Amino acid sequence: MTKINSRIPEGPLAEKWSNYKSHQKLVNPANKRRLDIIVVGTGLAGASAAASLGEMGFNVINFCIQDSARRAHSIAAQGGINAAKNYQNDGDSIYRLFYDTIKGGDYRAREANVYRLAEVSNDIIDQCVGQGVPFAREYGGLLDNRSFGGAQVSRTFYAKGQTGQQLLLGAYSAQMRQVKKGTVKLYTRYEMLDLVVIDGRARGILARDLVTGEIKRFAAHAVVIATGGYGNAFFLSTNAMSCNGSAAMQCYRKGAYFSNPAFAQIHPTCIPVHGEFQSKLTLMSESLRNDGRIWVPKKKEDAEAIRAGKLKPTAIKEEDRDYYLERRYPAFGNLVPRDVASRAAKERCDAGFGVNNTGLAVYLDFSDAIKRLGRDVVEARYGNLFQMYEKIVDDNPYETPMMIYPAIHYTMGGIWVDYELMTSVPGCFCIGEANFSDHGANRLGASALMQGLADGYFVLPYTIQNYLADQIRVPRFSTELPEFVEAEKELKAKIDKIMAVKGTRTVDSIHKELGLIMWDFVGMARNKAGLETAIQKIRAMKDVFWKEVYVPGNAYDLNTELDKAIRLLDFIEIGELMALDALDREESCGGHFREEHQTEEGEALRHDDKFSYVSCWKFEGENKEPELLKEDLDYQFVQVQTRNYKA
Amino acid sequence: MEKFINVTLRVWRQRGPKEKGQFVDYKMEKVSTDSSFFEMLDALNEKLVSQKQEPIVFDHDCREGICGTCSLYINGRPHGNDTAVTTCQLHMRRFSDGETIIVEPWRSTAFPVIRDLMVDRTAFEKIQQAGGYISVNTGGPRDANEIPISKIDADEAMDSASCIGCGACVAACKNASAMLFVSAKVSQFALLPQGKVEAKQRVKAMVAKMDELGFGNCTNTRACEVECPKSVSISNIARLNRELICAKLSD
Repeated sequence: MTKINSRIPEGPLAEKWSNYKSHQKLVNPANKRRLDIIVVGTGLAGASAAASLGEMGFNVINFCIQDSARRAHSIAAQGGINAAKNYQNDGDSIYRLFYDTIKGGDYRAREANVYRLAEVSNDIIDQCVGQGVPFAREYGGLLDNRSFGGAQVSRTFYAKGQTGQQLLLGAYSAQMRQVKKGTVKLYTRYEMLDLVVIDGRARGILARDLVTGEIKRFAAHAVVIATGGYGNAFFLSTNAMSCNGSAAMQCYRKGAYFSNPAFAQIHPTCIPVHGEFQSKLTLMSESLRNDGRIWVPKKKEDAEAIRAGKLKPTAIKEEDRDYYLERRYPAFGNLVPRDVASRAAKERCDAGFGVNNTGLAVYLDFSDAIKRLGRDVVEARYGNLFQMYEKIVDDNPYETPMMIYPAIHYTMGGIWVDYELMTSVPGCFCIGEANFSDHGANRLGASALMQGLADGYFVLPYTIQNYLADQIRVPRFSTELPEFVEAEKELKAKIDKIMAVKGTRTVDSIHKELGLIMWDFVGMARNKAGLETAIQKIRAMKDVFWKEVYVPGNAYDLNTELDKAIRLLDFIEIGELMALDALDREESCGGHFREEHQTEEGEALRHDDKFSYVSCWKFEGENKEPELLKEDLDYQFVQVQTRNYKA
Repeated sequence: MEKFINVTLRVWRQRGPKEKGQFVDYKMEKVSTDSSFFEMLDALNEKLVSQKQEPIVFDHDCREGICGTCSLYINGRPHGNDTAVTTCQLHMRRFSDGETIIVEPWRSTAFPVIRDLMVDRTAFEKIQQAGGYISVNTGGPRDANEIPISKIDADEAMDSASCIGCGACVAACKNASAMLFVSAKVSQFALLPQGKVEAKQRVKAMVAKMDELGFGNCTNTRACEVECPKSVSISNIARLNRELICAKLSD
C-alpha cells in the first residue's frame, strides 16, 4: 500500500514553521525569472499567490474563469477574517486560535498545518491594512473585532458585511500591480480543462478560452491549483454559478489524491429555498448570530398556523418561543459552530416546528438587539445584509424576524496536500478551499478567508521554492511535447462526444436531479442504506448524461451550455466520491453526520480509535472503484476530546 | 405575496462584436413574482435549449449582488427598475402582468459586445492596472494597529471601496464616462494614510488611462450615482477632481 507522507517538519509545534523556513531551499533572483508558475484561480488564495510570486520575481501565468480577477467567489464572503492579534485583550493567542480551529474541525485536521495557519494569521491583517483594506475601526482609530461561532474571544476583523470583497480587492490590486509590471500574465475568461504531467511531474495545463472555445496549451515548471470548492455538486448552494470542482478532478485523474470529500459544510443561516427555478441559495453572514437570536415556536400548533399563513411570528409571545440553541448550548448559545447550528435547525424542523410555508425554516430575530442597541447600531453593523434579505424575500427584517435554513456552503475536503501544500503529483500545488488541509471536518466562521490568504501570501511562496530550487536547470517546456498533444487529443474527443449525444435534456435539468440526490442522501444527515442508494443513483446519472444531454451550438465557439456540461460530468464524479467517503466513515464528525453514530442527545459521535485519519482517494481508472489510502492523524500536542459547546 | 405573471421579453441578440444585432421577442408565461430576473432568464434559456436553440448569453456569477459580473440594461436602466440592486438582485415582483421588458447589454464604445448581452469590460482592468493599488510587497507592512485611522475616514473609504466594478455607471452615463468607477478607487486610497505616498501619481495615471480607453467625460448629471448598485456617491468624483488638480499643479 502507498505510504502517505505528509512531510511535517520535526520539532516542537510552535517551532516547526520557523525551522522549516530556516532550512528550506531558496531560488536566487536570477533563477526566479527563468521559472514559470501557473496559478489557476484568482480568489483570495490564487490572487494572493499570483501577486506574491510575481513580486518575488517568478514568471506567473494566472487564469480566471470570470471576465475579471476581481469577481472570484471569495468576493462574496461577508463576515470576517480571524487572526490571533489579541487586540481586545480577551485572552486570545496563536495557540488558542490553533486550538479552536482543531477543535472546531472535530479533530480531523493536521496539527502542524493548523498551527502554521494560526501563526501567520497576524501577518495577514498587517498585509491587508498595508494594502489599504478599509477594515472596521473603533473611534480611537484602532481596528475593531467581532465574535464568530466556535470561539469565546473576539478575533474577527471585518469590513462591514463585505470582508471578502475588501480582502479580495486588496489581493486583486496587488495582482494588478504585478500584471502591469509584467511578472503576472493574466488570462481572463479561461477555464482549466486538464493537468499535463511529464515524467511524473506537473508541467502544464490545457485551458479553454471561454470566448472563442479554443483549447490552448500552457507549460510551466509548477502548477498551483486555487480553484475553490465543489459545493455546487448539490446544484443549489451558496457558491457562485461558475464555481466548480473540475480542476480538482483533473488533478485527481492525474494522480492527486482527493481527501475527505465527504466533509462539506452546511451553513445554518441561508435564505430558505422558494421554488423550482431557484438558481442558488443566498447566505446570511454568521456575524448575524452575534446579535440575532434563533428560535422556532414552542407549540406545534403555532408552527402550523405560521405555515398556513394564519399567524405572524411577532404575535408569538416570548414564553412561547423556543430559543433552541440557547437552550441546548448555554455556553456558546447562538454562536455554536456551523455544523452544530445546522443540525439543530434540521432537528427542530424535522420535529414539526419549522416555519415558512415549507416548514423548512427557522427564525433569526433581531428585536432584542434593536431594543438593546437601537436600530441605528444594528443598521450600522448589518445594514447591507438586511437590505440583501429584503430584496430577495420582500420582508423587512427590522420589523419581522428573518427566516433562515441551512444550505451547502463550503467544502473542507479537497485535493490532498503535504505540509508544503504540494499534492501527490510532484510540482502540482493546491491552495485555499481547493485543498483539504486546515479545517478538518468542519470549518469555523471567518477561517476560510484566513486560510486562503495564509496559503497564498505566506505559505506557498516559501514552500514552492523548496521544490523549484531543484528545477532551475530545467529549460522551459515546449507545448508540442507528446504529453500535451495527447492530452489535447483526449480532451477534444471528450468534448466532441458530449456534443454528439444530442439527447433531449438540458444540462441544468440533469444537474438539478443530481443535486436532489446529493441533498437527500449525502446532505445534513447520512446513513448506510441512503449512501448505498446514492452511489447507485449517482452512477446512473452518468448514463443519463451520456444518453440524454443536449448541448446546442458549436464545440469550438463561445458556448455556455458546453461550459456547464463539462463541469457537470465532474460534479457527478465528485458526488460519487463524496458518497463513497461518507459511507466509509462510520462515525459522525463535524459536517459529516451519520445517523447511526450519535449520542442519546443527538450530538455527533466520533470514533477516534477507527477513524482518526484523512481519507485519500486514489484514482484507479474510469469506472473503477478508487483506492482508499489513509493518512493517520497523530495528535502530539492537543488532547483529543469530545467537542462540548454546552458548558 | 407570490403571484404569477406573463411577460414579453424583447432581448438584444448579437452573434459577435462585429456582427449586426437585433431585438428578438420571447414570451414567458406564469412567472413567479418571487423569482429573480435571472431565474426567469434561466427558465427562458431552458426552454430555448429544449427547442434546440442556442441560449441567450449574459454575464452573471455570484447571484447575490457582490461580484459585479451581471450587466443588463433593462427597460432603459442599468440593473433595471429598482434602487441599489444588481441585475441578479432584481426580482420579478418589480414587473407587471402583460409587460414588455426590453433587455439590452451595457452600451459603450469602451465595452464592446462579445455576444448577446455579454460585454467586454477589460477597459476597467486596464484602469486598475494603471494605478489602482498601494505598492506594498507581501510581508512588508508593519503591525496593523500602528496606523491609527479615524473611524470617519475608514468608514468613508469603505463606502468608496464598496464599488463592484460592474460598469453600471458607464452604462447610465450619456457620455459613457467611467468617472464614478475611477473616483471610487482614487478616493478609497486618498482617504487612507497608506495611500498618500503615491496619491498624485495614482490619480494622474488612472485618469490618463481612462481617457485613452475611450470613456467620455463627466458632466455631473448624477445618473451614475442613481444607478450604482452600491450607491457610490458622486462626492467621490469631486474628490478625484480635487486630487487631480492638486497633482497637476504640483508638477
